[in-house]
Amino acid sequence: MSTTETGNSSTTESAVSGLDYEETQLTLAPPGGSRSELERKRGFSEGLGLSLETKDFLSGSSDEPPISGAGEPSAAKAQVVGWPPVRSFRRNVLKSCTYVKVAVDGTPYLRKVDLEAYAGYQQLLTALEEMFTCFTARNYPNERRLVDPVNGTEYVPTYEDKDGDWMLIGDVPWKMFVASCKRLRLMKSSEAVDLGCITAR
Amino acid sequence: MTYFPEEVVEHIVDFLGSHRDRNAVSTVCKAWYQVERLSRRNVFVGNCYAIRPERVMARFPWMKSLGVKGKPHFADFNLVPYDWGGFAQPWIEAAARGCPGLEELRLKRMVVTDDDLELLARSFPSFKSLVLVSCEGFSTDGLAAIATYCRGLRELDLQENEVEDHGRQWLSCFPDSCTSLVSLNFACLKGEINTNALERLVARCPDLRSLKLNRAISVESLNRILARAPHLVDLGTGSMMVNHHTEAYHRLINAFLGCKSLRSLSGFWDASSCCLQAVYPVCVNLTALNLSYAPAIQGDDLIKLICLCFKLQKLWVLDCIGDKGLAAVASTCKDLQELRVFPSDIYGAGTTAVTEEGLVAISSGCSKLNSLLYFCYQMTNTALVTVAKNCPHFTRFRLCILDPGKPDPVTDQPLDEGFGAIVRSCKNLRRLSLSGLLTDKVFLYIGMHAEHLEMLSIAFAGDSDKGMVYVLNGCKNLRKLEIRDCPFGDDALLKDVTKYETMRSLWMSSCDVTLGGCRALAAKMPSLNVEIINESDEADEFQENLSDLHKVEKLYVYRTVARGRTDAPDFVWIL
Repeated sequence: MSTTETGNSSTTESAVSGLDYEETQLTLAPPGGSRSELERKRGFSEGLGLSLETKDFLSGSSDEPPISGAGEPSAAKAQVVGWPPVRSFRRNVLKSCTYVKVAVDGTPYLRKVDLEAYAGYQQLLTALEEMFTCFTARNYPNERRLVDPVNGTEYVPTYEDKDGDWMLIGDVPWKMFVASCKRLRLMKSSEAVDLGCITAR
Repeated sequence: MTYFPEEVVEHIVDFLGSHRDRNAVSTVCKAWYQVERLSRRNVFVGNCYAIRPERVMARFPWMKSLGVKGKPHFADFNLVPYDWGGFAQPWIEAAARGCPGLEELRLKRMVVTDDDLELLARSFPSFKSLVLVSCEGFSTDGLAAIATYCRGLRELDLQENEVEDHGRQWLSCFPDSCTSLVSLNFACLKGEINTNALERLVARCPDLRSLKLNRAISVESLNRILARAPHLVDLGTGSMMVNHHTEAYHRLINAFLGCKSLRSLSGFWDASSCCLQAVYPVCVNLTALNLSYAPAIQGDDLIKLICLCFKLQKLWVLDCIGDKGLAAVASTCKDLQELRVFPSDIYGAGTTAVTEEGLVAISSGCSKLNSLLYFCYQMTNTALVTVAKNCPHFTRFRLCILDPGKPDPVTDQPLDEGFGAIVRSCKNLRRLSLSGLLTDKVFLYIGMHAEHLEMLSIAFAGDSDKGMVYVLNGCKNLRKLEIRDCPFGDDALLKDVTKYETMRSLWMSSCDVTLGGCRALAAKMPSLNVEIINESDEADEFQENLSDLHKVEKLYVYRTVARGRTDAPDFVWIL
């Protein structure tokens, strides 16, 4: 199965680094799903109308040649028009969703925020402050931190970007941040030191 | 019975509300046909191309309420091209000429223009109610015409329409003399609204019971509106973005405290868990709750809310409620009749949402459940068998496993037995949607047991023509059959052609039917319109040049007394 040329530097990097293509594939199944990759792909190939024979599917033959186009489930999914059967109106409402999860170290809370609802970092931080109402913001010259007044623990707002890296909030222009942020995490200051971006107090 | 005086027959017929009963009565004899047609007030046309509008108006001149449906159901999922048809214009024009006493119009999946709305507004002096569902083709200018000219308007209900935004002034077009509104729903509008005009309108309509706002309406505005209309029964909020420590939030709490009559709640645009506490006071009385546009409400906050709603009969949520949330629903909402669980993550990689466990929990707790729409990642036969046993009262059962053709993950088997259990147990099942890996066997079960089934939706299922034939042979009450991506071909299509005369319509896309098969069907059954929708490059080819073996991409067959249609676009061939 050849790696697709996308022109994206990170993809060629992973090819160079020897990462197996299949490991980086997007799939629909929940994380940790027990189904084999090949069977998932067959599901999609059926969806494309390429193979409506269920006999091969049930026999689970593994020497069936990969059907072209079925090797990239994410692309295959996009090609199945009108699936899942959700009305356009609802699709469009959810499409404009830039909701990301917000996690706070050391607590079980998980909230979601819509990044597009905020005009900039200040509003976002105010909202985070609101959300975890025990926090008050404390501004440092180049960083922003939130503090839990009960125990004095400091939290640094960080985010995971599209490449899977954890970054400090505030480094990039707001719009770039909204486009690349996958989720937020209020990291304890002590741990954030490892990010290498801030100095320990 | 012909010696019965007309007045007596009239009196008896007046008690008949249902279309089915009245249709039956009208076929008894000429006299009864006359009595019935002059006394029918509600007319429903399930397929706008089944009959010409003029005939409807001529037959029912004293009609007060008209409902018409246009595009086939799969148009909802972008399977029907944009300009296929379903135009409201001929219906409104014919009604304006033939039934000026019309009071109510309900259109679904039709193309409605601003000109149509203006004609409507000007033509019916007693007009009271306009309901548009999944329609398109109009803008806020058309709404302005309705607001301006419909004196005595009681209901303007816009559900999930595509409406072009031409500005916020349409709402100001309701004159000061308009005080009759009972129901106003503009939740689907994308643009800004003149909130002053809205607040004044609400203040002068004492009978207003149902109000559904759009995303552009702020919490501050909602507060003012609720202060003026505390007697609302059905509320769709606007934007629910609000922070705890603000004046607006405290006023929101007070506003909901004042809404003693509220029974149905929806909207929750941009809502996060912060706003939920404000809603707690009304939860205990809620019979309907729609949170399906609020992806940020989930987890424990959502469960906390649900646990207050013990009178709930109808619940629409996103799958981020999770199996755990559904278990909370099961233990709290003992009166639940309708549940819809929508997918929240249509585009991205799958995050864990709901599985068969959630559905089983619901079925054990909510024995009154009769209507289900459930999007999930997986389903097992065992779960379906359990659900069938716990909930024998299903009239509508729609299951959508997001991965097409996915088998039971535990046994790797098709889901034939699971769905078989559903149709065996639910004797009143009228509507069924299948998904997952399915063989011809499931269709055998459906044909054998689903006696009252009226609508069946099939996707990525079956092995051979036998599957489709089992259904056509077995389901005596089948009205609508829609099929996509199944291996059903000409043999199945042509097995029993007279069956289609007993049905409203048949849709087949990405199946194995050929042009030859469709031509044969059209030749045998002049009472059907056999439409080929051809969007591919071959659309440039004339139909005559294509061979019988040409695979038909989309086929739509429906019974009609109006042969052909004059408004079909180039890519639609009516054989």
